[in-house]
Amino acid sequence: MTLDKRLTPAEIVGRLRSGMTLGIGGWGPRRKPMALVREILRSDLTDLTIVSYGGPDVGMLCAAGKVKKLVFAFVSLDAIPLEPWFRKSREAGQIEVLELDEGMFQWGLKAAAFGLPFLPTRVGLGTDLIELGRLKTVQSPYDDGETLVAMPALKLDASIVHFNRCDHRGNVQALGPDTYYDEWFAKAADECFASCEELVPAMEEAHMADAKANIVERCFITGVTKAKGGAHPTSMPPHYGPDMKALKSYAGAAKEPGNWAEVADQFTGNDEATYLASVGGEEAVINIPLAIY
Amino acid sequence: MATLAELCIAAVAEAFRTDREIIGTGIGPIPRLGVGLAKMTHSPGLMMTDGEAFLVEEPVPLGPREYDDRKPAGYLPFSRFFDSAVWTGRRHAMVTPTQVDRFGQTNLSALGGTHDQPKVQMLGARGFPGNGIYHPNSMFIPVHSTRVFVDGEVDRVSSPGYNPARRIAGGNYSGLEIKRVVTNLCVMDFGGAGSAVRVISLHPGVEFSEVQEKTGFALIDAVEGETALPTGEQLAIIEKLDPHGIRHKVLKDNPPADRANQGEAA
Repeated sequence: MTLDKRLTPAEIVGRLRSGMTLGIGGWGPRRKPMALVREILRSDLTDLTIVSYGGPDVGMLCAAGKVKKLVFAFVSLDAIPLEPWFRKSREAGQIEVLELDEGMFQWGLKAAAFGLPFLPTRVGLGTDLIELGRLKTVQSPYDDGETLVAMPALKLDASIVHFNRCDHRGNVQALGPDTYYDEWFAKAADECFASCEELVPAMEEAHMADAKANIVERCFITGVTKAKGGAHPTSMPPHYGPDMKALKSYAGAAKEPGNWAEVADQFTGNDEATYLASVGGEEAVINIPLAIY
Repeated sequence: MATLAELCIAAVAEAFRTDREIIGTGIGPIPRLGVGLAKMTHSPGLMMTDGEAFLVEEPVPLGPREYDDRKPAGYLPFSRFFDSAVWTGRRHAMVTPTQVDRFGQTNLSALGGTHDQPKVQMLGARGFPGNGIYHPNSMFIPVHSTRVFVDGEVDRVSSPGYNPARRIAGGNYSGLEIKRVVTNLCVMDFGGAGSAVRVISLHPGVEFSEVQEKTGFALIDAVEGETALPTGEQLAIIEKLDPHGIRHKVLKDNPPADRANQGEAA
């Protein structure tokens, strides 16, 4: 076997298939593997079921007609609370959805990671999520007899995540104050592809002191690719914050011209180098200040 | 002279009064300032984050600041938020839903239309279903109106309330507790018979009839008096937590706390 997991973004997208269930790491406009999302937008892939704590990844894929079904708890750009392209798709009835609570969502990823059909929870009781999502309940077999919601496994065919550092064997390091549920997107998927700000030859030589940032072991990482600035326009702490100017422009385009085909070039570019150049280049991206919440 | 926003902040702080050690989360400027005020005065057990991932003993001020100004005393990222704060019940959150009904059910998901094609898509249920079933919650509603406090049920039930028709046999609803609803007119709770909504205090100069008129369901008049004006000490803490005056922009025209002073500079 080879432990050289390096792939190009195009090779990664070449390993995805139309109709598959794809998990996308990050949270809203934070730590999104946008370079890989843009590569998907440039591809022929379609009919995807997207599982995401949604930000512009979801909005763009919806706008481009790539999404058959969305599994979500929210879609937001933080400072722009409502994701306008996602809203357009929903209000036009263009996508199926499974709407979840954000805690149930990670519970479903964990069920998938552990190969379980479901995990029980109280979350969903008393809300519309159960009926609309056709979720079932289970009864505790113990004396308490409690009725619980059976959160089904969110099994992913593949997932994409963006890390701060990777080596060629798939050793990853996730820095920044919060790594959200990236670990579980990796473990819930048959194959997980990681883009990274920095690709090093050997993690133990380059960043030994940060080994605790290895939030998920390399056996869960199928492929790695370097994409410096690859979370843009979302944030990638501690390297850079969200590009609010770019996000505002993206959100504004949902209203005027309101048609993705007219603006797709601006937000995806013909290739990643062209895209990054169009937003000021790698240096400009990595100098965007971190967000204050 | 105190503003209505500052009076609301003090009312929020009162809603968060506790002798427990729990996470206090206030979403939006008024709720967040209220939690900070509670923590800095009567409820030091409250724990707060910097809005990102770190627990701070000194609430971070609102608005622009240096990224590293916050002083982390602990760590509570989203990656362990359900394990630590929500699903253990060690939290009280105050949120601003788009719709609220007489059962305390809220909607943050969508308005009108169908599930497949809503008329207006909003944020999504976010953490509301889990918050509602596991830990106490309160609400802040900046514009008290029948558009928010709806007749019948909310369009989509994002968080559970005291609605017997939506109880499943054998379900455990013991964590469900809606503490206070603070609005620009009054403070309400769910202390009536069958968890009916009561008005427990009116902001200075507001009549019960006006609150009822702007609410889509029947309210119980349990008013014990006026909502307390913030003290000088409270106002000083609020100013420290909101040095850029973001609170002044939350309520239209930033009115004074007492309507009798309307027209005078706030």
